[in-house]
Amino acid sequence: MTSIAKPVVAHPRLKTNALGLTLRDYEGGMSTLCAGCGHDSVTAAIVQATWELAIEPHRAAKMSGIGCSSKTTAYFLKQSHGFNSVHGRMPSVASGAAAANRSLSVIGISGDGDSLSIGLGQLSHAIRRNVNMLYIIENNGVYGLTKGQFSASADIGSKLKKGEVNEQPPIDPVLLALSVGATFVGRSFSGDKQQLVPIIKAAISHRGLALIDVISPCVTFNNHEGSTKSYKYTRDHDVEAVEADYIPVCEPIEITGLTGGSGAAGNGHAGNGHAGNGQAHTAEASSLRVVQLHDGGTVRLRSTEPGYDPTDRASAYQHISACQRRGEIATGLLFVDESSRSMHDVLKTTSTPLVDLTHDDLCPGTAALDKLMTRFR
Amino acid sequence: MDPTDVSDPRYYHKVVDCQWACPAHTNVPAYIRLIAQGRYSESYLLNRASNVFPGVLGRTCDRPCEPACRRGRIDEKPVAICRLKRVAADLRDDIEPFLPKAPEQKNGKRIALIGAGPASLTVANDLLPLGYEVTIFEKNQKPGGLMRINIPSFRLPAKVLDDECGYIINMGAEMRYGATVTSLAAVLDEGFDAVFVGSGAPKGKDLDIPGRHDDPAHVHIGIDWLANVHFEHITKIEPRVIIIGVGNTAMDCCRSAKRLGATDVKVVARRGRRHFKASPWELEDAEEELVEIIENHAPKRMVVENGTLVGMEFDVLEWREDASGKQTSTVLRTETIPCDAVILAIGQDNAFPWIERDLGIEFNKWEMPVVDSETHQSSNPKVFFGGDAAWGPKNIIWAVAHGHAAAISIDLFCQGEDVTKRPPEGMNLLSVKNGLHSWAYDNGFDASGRQVMRHEELTKRFRDLKVEVELGFSAEQVATEVSRCLNCDIQTHFNAPKCIECDACIDVCPTACLTITKAQPSESELRTHLTVPAVNLDQDIYHSAALPQTERVMVKDEDVCLHCGLCAERCPTAAWDMQLFDLLQPKAGATCHDEVPATV
Repeated sequence: MTSIAKPVVAHPRLKTNALGLTLRDYEGGMSTLCAGCGHDSVTAAIVQATWELAIEPHRAAKMSGIGCSSKTTAYFLKQSHGFNSVHGRMPSVASGAAAANRSLSVIGISGDGDSLSIGLGQLSHAIRRNVNMLYIIENNGVYGLTKGQFSASADIGSKLKKGEVNEQPPIDPVLLALSVGATFVGRSFSGDKQQLVPIIKAAISHRGLALIDVISPCVTFNNHEGSTKSYKYTRDHDVEAVEADYIPVCEPIEITGLTGGSGAAGNGHAGNGHAGNGQAHTAEASSLRVVQLHDGGTVRLRSTEPGYDPTDRASAYQHISACQRRGEIATGLLFVDESSRSMHDVLKTTSTPLVDLTHDDLCPGTAALDKLMTRFR
Repeated sequence: MDPTDVSDPRYYHKVVDCQWACPAHTNVPAYIRLIAQGRYSESYLLNRASNVFPGVLGRTCDRPCEPACRRGRIDEKPVAICRLKRVAADLRDDIEPFLPKAPEQKNGKRIALIGAGPASLTVANDLLPLGYEVTIFEKNQKPGGLMRINIPSFRLPAKVLDDECGYIINMGAEMRYGATVTSLAAVLDEGFDAVFVGSGAPKGKDLDIPGRHDDPAHVHIGIDWLANVHFEHITKIEPRVIIIGVGNTAMDCCRSAKRLGATDVKVVARRGRRHFKASPWELEDAEEELVEIIENHAPKRMVVENGTLVGMEFDVLEWREDASGKQTSTVLRTETIPCDAVILAIGQDNAFPWIERDLGIEFNKWEMPVVDSETHQSSNPKVFFGGDAAWGPKNIIWAVAHGHAAAISIDLFCQGEDVTKRPPEGMNLLSVKNGLHSWAYDNGFDASGRQVMRHEELTKRFRDLKVEVELGFSAEQVATEVSRCLNCDIQTHFNAPKCIECDACIDVCPTACLTITKAQPSESELRTHLTVPAVNLDQDIYHSAALPQTERVMVKDEDVCLHCGLCAERCPTAAWDMQLFDLLQPKAGATCHDEVPATV
C-alpha cells in the first residue's frame, strides 16, 4: 500500500519504444502488496521486458489465480486484457485464452501455493500440452496471504519466522517442468533484473509454454535468518548456470535505440554469426549457444558452468538437481527446446482468432458434417 | 568514490533549489506549507527572518528562486513563489508582538548606517535586538530608499513599505531624515564604532549622443524621473515618449509614463529580446498596458528642431553570433522615431563624492571602494559596505543578504573578534514519518498548472498612479498554487546499512531518479549508469556507502525528484526516510545552532 497514487508525471527524458510508448505506459495500478515484496520487482521486470519488446498492450492477456502473486497482474499493463481465475485454475483459463486467440501474448502469473499445491495438476498438464504462454511462478516458499505457513516449495530445514522447521521435501518447479516435457525453463531472482528481464523477453517470444521460477522473497513472512528464500540467502546461494541474452528480430539499429541497458544492445551484432538456420549451435571452443526462436528473434546462451548444455534436457536435470543437493540455487535460462510442437501445432488450432471466424467457417454445412462422420463409420 | 556526505548542510541545501538560489536563503517550502495551513502570520515571520521585507519582496522581488524551482523542470512553470510571499504578507494578523525587541540595556556600541534602504535597514534589524545603538542617515524624509522613490506605487503601495520599515525603526533606531551625508569623515568624527554604507547606486547613467543637451527639459534620467514622479515634482508627460533601455527601471518608467498622460510609449532596446535585462513578467505587464517594445535599435542622435525635441534617430542593427558566442552587429539602416520626450533608463552608477579619499578606504580604478566579498569590510576596518553601494546595482533581495552578512561582521568587529571567523551554517534533519504511510506533510502530487495573477482592469489602472495593478491571488488560487510546491526541503534520507536491495524504491520512483549499481571510480563514470542519464549536470547525484548484501551502491539523481516519499513508503526497512531539512543560517549575535527548527 501507499498513501498516494503514483504521480502522473514522468522523467522528462524517459525513452520511448518502437510504438512511441514509455515505460510508464506499461505500468498498471499501484501495488497493494507489502513494501519490499519481491513480486513488485517481478512486476517491474515484466513492465521493462514488455516495453523493450514493444508489445502492443491490447495484444497481451494477463492471467492469474489466487494469492499475493496473482494480485500482481493488476500492477502492470493496465491497458491489456486480464482474467483472475479460481485458485490454481489459471492454466486452464489461460489455455482457453491461448486457444481462442493465437495473436495474444498470454502472460500467466502464479505463486508456489497456486501452482505447486492446489494447482499442481493444472500446471503439469499445461506444461505437457505446451500451451503458448509465459508462466511465471513467483516463488517465496510461504503462504503470504494467510500469514506465512510453509508452502510446497519450502526447503527441508527452512525455518518459519517463529522457529518451526520444515521437514517435508520441496517440489522444485524447474525439475518438475523438465520431467513433464517443458520446452523452456528458467529460474531467476526478483532482486536481479539484469538476469530476469532478458529471460522474460525470450520467454514471451518462445512458442510453447515458457516457465520461469522466480525466487521472490516474502519480505514480511520469509525474509529472516533461517529462511532459504530470503533476499540474503538467495544472493548468497544463487549460482548462475546460464547467461541469457534475448535479441529481438529487428533492425540492429533499432535494437540499439530500444534496449535501455538490459544488455542486449551491446551484444546485438556479435550474435549474428551464429544465428540464421533455426537450430541450436555449439560454438567452437566456446560455451556460447545461439537458439533461434519461432518469432525470428534469437537467444544467446552462455554457460557459466563448465559442461552445462541448456539444450540437453537430461544434463540440465542432472546439473540442477546436483546444485540442489549442494544447497545452491541454479539460475538462468536453464533449458530451451525450440524444435518441439506447441499446443497449436498438436491440436491444429486455427490461426484466426475465434472472434474473427465467420458463420460459414463455424458451420460448414451438412456436406462437411457427412464427410466427417464417414471417418468414424 | 567516497559516499556523499549529507552531514554537510550544503548538500541538502542545494536540493532545495529555491532556497539555494535566494541570496537571503529564504526557507520557501516551509513558508508555503504554512500558507497552505492558513498560518499566514507564522509564514510571514519565517519569511521575515531571512528576507526582512516579505510584503515588499512579495510584489517586487527579482525572484531568483523561480527560475531555479524544481517544478519548472517537471512541468515547465515554476511555483509562483514570489506572489505566495505576498499572500502571507497580505493575510497576516498583527505580528508586532512577535518581533524581536531591543533591550533596555544597550551594549554601548554605536553604529551609523548611511541611507535608509533595504541594506541598511537589514543591518539595523539584526543589530538593534543585540543592544546596539543605531543611527540611520537618510537624505529623504521617509525610509525605504529606492524601494520608495524608484518603485512606482502602482507596484508597491506606500502602506506596505511603511509597515515593514516601521517594524525595524520602531525597535529604536535613531533616524536622521533630511540628512544628506556630505562627508564620511564628519560621520566618523561623531565617534561611531562602525559605519555601514548602504547608500545605493543613485546616479543614473547618461547617454552622450548628438542632440542630448539641445532640449534638456524633455530628456530625463530614468531613476531621477521616477523619484520626481514619486515626490510629485513631475505630474505629467508629453504624449509620445521613448524609453531607452530595457531593464526593470525602464519598465517602471514606461508604465509610469502611461499613467502621467503619455499615449504612445515605446521602449527601445539595442539588442534582441533574449538579452533584455527586465524580468519576463515585467515585460509582459508593460506589454499588457500597450507599451511597444522595439528591438535591435541603437540610439544615434536626438532630433531637435527649433529647440524642441521632435524625435530620435536610431541605427537598426542585425546581430550575429559566431561560434564562440561573441555577438557582432551590422547596421541595416537608419530610422527616426518621432517623440516629444525621452527617458534614459540604461543603468546606474555608484557615486561617492562624499567619501574623503584620506580615510583609509581604498578605491579601485573605477572609483569603487575595495570591499571584501564575504565580510563587507573596506580597507578601513570600521567602514562596511552593502547593497548597491558595495559592488553596483543588484536588487533588493541581494541588499538584504548583504545586510545580514554585514551585520555579522559589524557584530564580530565591535566585540573585538576576527570578522573572517564567521559562524558556520548548520542544519536540523527531522524525520517526518508519523506512522505507516503517514507523513507530516502532504506528499500527493498536484498536476495543476501555475496560477495566473489577477490584474486590475486596464481602464481603472490609469486613473491614479497609486492604483495597484496586481490584485493578489484569490483563495482558490492560493490553495492550488501552494499544492504545486514539491516540498524539496523534505529530503529523501538514505541509510545504507538498512538496505536489503529489494529494488522497491527503484521500481516505484515515478521519475526514475534511483539506481543501484556497482561502485564506480568517479562521478562521471557513475553518471553513465543512471536509470535515465542526466542532462542537467547542475544537480548533484547522491551515492551511498556500499550496500550490505552485494557491495553495490544506491545512487540518486536529485534533478527531478518529486519528494513524493514513495521510495520511503515502499521501503520495507526504512532505509529510505523522509526528513525535514532546516537550514540554520548564522545571524549576528548568537550562534544559530540551538534554535528550534521550523514547523512542518
